[in-house]
Amino acid sequence: MSAVVAEHEHDDHHDHGPEKGFLRWIITTNHKDIGTLYLVFALAMFFVGGSMALIIRAELFEPGMQFVSPQFFNSMTTMHALVMVFGAVMPAFVGFANWQIPLMIGAPDMALPRMNNMSFWLLVAGILMLASTLFMEGGAPASGWTLYPPLVLQTGAALPFAIFSVHLLGISSIMGAINIIATIFNMRAPKMTLMKMPLFVWTWLITAFLLIAIMPVFAGAVTMLLTDRFFDTSFFDAAGGGDPVLYQHIFWFFGHPEVYVMILPTFGIASTIIPVFARKPLFGYSSMVYATAAIAFLSFIVWAHHMFTVGMPMAGELYFMYATMLIAIPTGVKIFNWTATMWEGSMTFETPMLFSIAFVVLFTLGGFTGLMMALAPVDFQYHDTYFIVAHFHYTLVPASVFIIMAGAYFWVPKWTGHMYDERLARFHFWLSAISVNILFFPQHFLGLAGMPRRIPDYAVQFADWNMVSSIGAFIFGFSQLLFVYIMYKTVKGGTGEKVSDEVWEDAHKHSLEWSLPSPVPYHTFDTPPEKIPTEHF
Amino acid sequence: MMSTGAYYIPHKATWPIAAVAGMVVTLAGFANYLNGNAAGSTFMILGLVIFILMLAGWFTMQANESESGMYNHHVGISYRMGMMWFIFSEIMFFAVFFGTLWFTRNLSLDWLAGIGDGPGRSSGMLWPAFDYVWPTNGPGNVGGEFEPMGALGLPLLNTLILLSSGLTCTWAHHGLLAKNRTELIRGLAATVTLGFLFVAFQAIEYQEAYHEMGLTLGSGIYGSTFFMLTGFHGAHVCIGAIMLTVVLFRSWKGHFTPENHFVFEAAAWYWHFVDVVWLGLFIFVYLL
Repeated sequence: MSAVVAEHEHDDHHDHGPEKGFLRWIITTNHKDIGTLYLVFALAMFFVGGSMALIIRAELFEPGMQFVSPQFFNSMTTMHALVMVFGAVMPAFVGFANWQIPLMIGAPDMALPRMNNMSFWLLVAGILMLASTLFMEGGAPASGWTLYPPLVLQTGAALPFAIFSVHLLGISSIMGAINIIATIFNMRAPKMTLMKMPLFVWTWLITAFLLIAIMPVFAGAVTMLLTDRFFDTSFFDAAGGGDPVLYQHIFWFFGHPEVYVMILPTFGIASTIIPVFARKPLFGYSSMVYATAAIAFLSFIVWAHHMFTVGMPMAGELYFMYATMLIAIPTGVKIFNWTATMWEGSMTFETPMLFSIAFVVLFTLGGFTGLMMALAPVDFQYHDTYFIVAHFHYTLVPASVFIIMAGAYFWVPKWTGHMYDERLARFHFWLSAISVNILFFPQHFLGLAGMPRRIPDYAVQFADWNMVSSIGAFIFGFSQLLFVYIMYKTVKGGTGEKVSDEVWEDAHKHSLEWSLPSPVPYHTFDTPPEKIPTEHF
Repeated sequence: MMSTGAYYIPHKATWPIAAVAGMVVTLAGFANYLNGNAAGSTFMILGLVIFILMLAGWFTMQANESESGMYNHHVGISYRMGMMWFIFSEIMFFAVFFGTLWFTRNLSLDWLAGIGDGPGRSSGMLWPAFDYVWPTNGPGNVGGEFEPMGALGLPLLNTLILLSSGLTCTWAHHGLLAKNRTELIRGLAATVTLGFLFVAFQAIEYQEAYHEMGLTLGSGIYGSTFFMLTGFHGAHVCIGAIMLTVVLFRSWKGHFTPENHFVFEAAAWYWHFVDVVWLGLFIFVYLL
């Protein structure tokens, strides 16, 4: 251990660069290194999970059984979801958090750098353990990502590995969340009061609380699965006095806030990007903060809207229906605020802005279908159909994934000092934006017409829209290779011209990181900044 | 910005990767063991050894850094926040099992017995003869006849033990703040002793349950919730007692000052947390 106190080497602090060689990435405590690790890992998992999605869409290209067995098909739907949620989307946002939170609040690093390193490697370990189940006797879990008993208890050798991978991923998330909370509460520059923090920091603060509250709940639920299978307990077995529906309650108490873990940082990045390209302060800053907190609170009291058809008492159906509809209010506040931010702005449409505008439009669509499903009697028809699949993919792909892309284009010039190829990037945007709708929009029709999800075959009347959807899926999937190419080229030198410190016109008025040099030095804000931007008021 | 000196940021970390290795080997070994592979338990032990060595190494490093004055007040706040929110996550973990107990006792068992509108009407058809009286091992009489665990006797004694250990812990803290090292060490030693005494009595209680009362983890929902709640609590008592033992050894070596004793506070908070969980257990698992 190089146990050197920062103050002893304060004068030549900037000379202390990264470790040489491969070891740098294993033992690093630097928030920028760890942010990069998270983002690269997330991108890799995006392609692993994406390949699984393409196997699903290839099988569904036409009716009948083509390529895979039903068991493997169900493993694919399960693993696609788990890899995308825990391996791609969440780590991508943690990567942005690592890079950006210290830069945005004027901190020298994350508050607990060693734990930061440990959360990343636990994530890798958890995902590897999960992926290893693909090669086990009996195949990977095929119960859907919800892991409902009694079905999931029929999994073969994979079951304990899948459960322990959830434990590892949970510990990793909790550590990451604790670190983010400690950083935001304890490491802000003196003038960076809570209500002056960029919205990305705010949304991550609230997301971190969600994570600490829900990951132990999921861990507890899967632990009971483990004991039910291996240690004779009866938690989810009615013969012993237990109840399988109990698992669904616990799972969705975790699961509903979990989906907000993936959308709140999305809101934060959108709220960061839109004002810069509208050249206006964010409209309704404080209402954005309160709306985020309100959404987070509501996420804890609406879980059973995932279970309207399970056989709850009428009072439960009614309560969860009305409570769920409440979420539309703070979400509406956000949508209107983004629109109002753009209103009469001097807008330009660089790639991050294009992705952000697409997010506002398409997320609204996904939100509206959510509102439709909140109605318990109507949900009886939608439940377990492709309508649900269309709904949550609209809130995850053209929302979370698009905003991850937007954030990458937005910040990569600051991180690397190189500008990406704007022409190619816009091409990537239009390819993605068009194909994502070809991919998911027809699934609304399929669902309303009654096509069930998680079934490898379907009746012939669903053939046309399934074919359209599959074509969209392959265009969307392969378009993302363009993203990798653009990012690779940017890291390797980009367009050749050196970007200015603020990168985007007047960006330094919005947030602290744009007043740092481009590329950002390995160590920043060894002493906290004197002044902070106040543009968003 | 800071009270004294700069915020300490380590430049590299070697223990985290060892921790991850230890955890992965332990869990992969355990999973293999559950699947009936002979090598599983070997890997489990190997992983635990790695993990324990890692803990010893990481703790020693932190203790040395702390004693050489590398952590200022500001760093201390980060550590305290870390511990606070870690304990909050533990509370949520226990909430799952308390919630399970509540849900089954108040909702799903009624429905299984055909009580109530809605789910009661359909679930009740599964076992029409089932009458719900807590404690129960369900309509299938899973695990056979058993005798439920009473609240008096060992559990009551254990409640007194754990509550007094909370007092001795506070006594030790007082000694630390008043620079009275004898009081600190005696208080800690008493706390650790009471903690392990609690675990020992718990072990005796489990012995009786298994061998004399027919009460096992497999005794339906009563056995499941009883052993899961008390078992996880017992494991947390062990973790807390080990943390306090480390603090005790460090106190012996003359570590900690009234201004700088984060680890003591962390262990004490944790101890009070397991104390409070036990009170919840005593009321909801043993008494009611």
